[in-house]
Amino acid sequence: MGGERPGPRRGGKMAARLSGGENRLVSLPLSRIRVIMKSSPEVSSINQDALFLTAKATELFVQYLASYSYKHGRGKEKNALTYSDLSHTAEECETFQFLADILPKKILASKYLKMLEKEKRDGELGKCDEEDDDEDDDEAVDEAVGS
Amino acid sequence: MAERPEDLNLPNAVITRIIKEALPDGVNISKEARSAISRAASVFVLYATSCANNFAMKGKRKTLNAGDVLSAMEEMEFQRFIAPLKESLEVYRREQKGKKEARKDKDKKADSEEQDKSREDDNDDDDERMEDEEQNDEEEVDN
Repeated sequence: MGGERPGPRRGGKMAARLSGGENRLVSLPLSRIRVIMKSSPEVSSINQDALFLTAKATELFVQYLASYSYKHGRGKEKNALTYSDLSHTAEECETFQFLADILPKKILASKYLKMLEKEKRDGELGKCDEEDDDEDDDEAVDEAVGS
Repeated sequence: MAERPEDLNLPNAVITRIIKEALPDGVNISKEARSAISRAASVFVLYATSCANNFAMKGKRKTLNAGDVLSAMEEMEFQRFIAPLKESLEVYRREQKGKKEARKDKDKKADSEEQDKSREDDNDDDDERMEDEEQNDEEEVDN
């Protein structure tokens, strides 16, 4: 090593970037980003700057999604980012709504069954909020069964 | 052109690192959350690509360019990314220019001894070099 390249990890971010240290300009592999982009049928070719920008934008996106979900999560855990924080974000925040299908809210099977029973009973009695249910958990609340 | 499912995924280690950098120290990420973010990132790439491609088509171009991607960000309501992206692009372009010039110099010194040394150095830049070559091929085909 050495030659014409700056030494690896010697002071300064620039040197680290050029040699691929932790402060590199983009961490996501461009080759993989390209594979994903090319899987889109209408796309013929991608200029190198566009490839770089897409990779960089994706990193910014990951950071934004993670920090937003952590901040706005209704999760009980303050020291963890959970799946439910993410699906909540996809549901509530317009910018992230394109993720709603791949980040569906989760519900315990037992709760789902209870909800089905409730719906059935409501249908028979024509009533709504009579049941005493304890479905206050995040997972169950937002699901509209049958919608 | 069948991609295997794993090809459309991004490397877990990198995704995890990016997430960690965005969160306060000591915050854990569940495996499920990490996997979900990774999928979301792939979807983001697809969405951004599709959007950028629309701009390219509007401009009657077949090659996606930087402007198309930036317009896509605007369209997708990720305006907040635009300024940092432009900054990074500047740095990237300078780096690429620097590499090209370094390579030109290496080629000039095409005397036998020099060439062997250069090859050793080149291997370290494998990843990024590959990208350049692939991209060059793209651009040629398009022209």
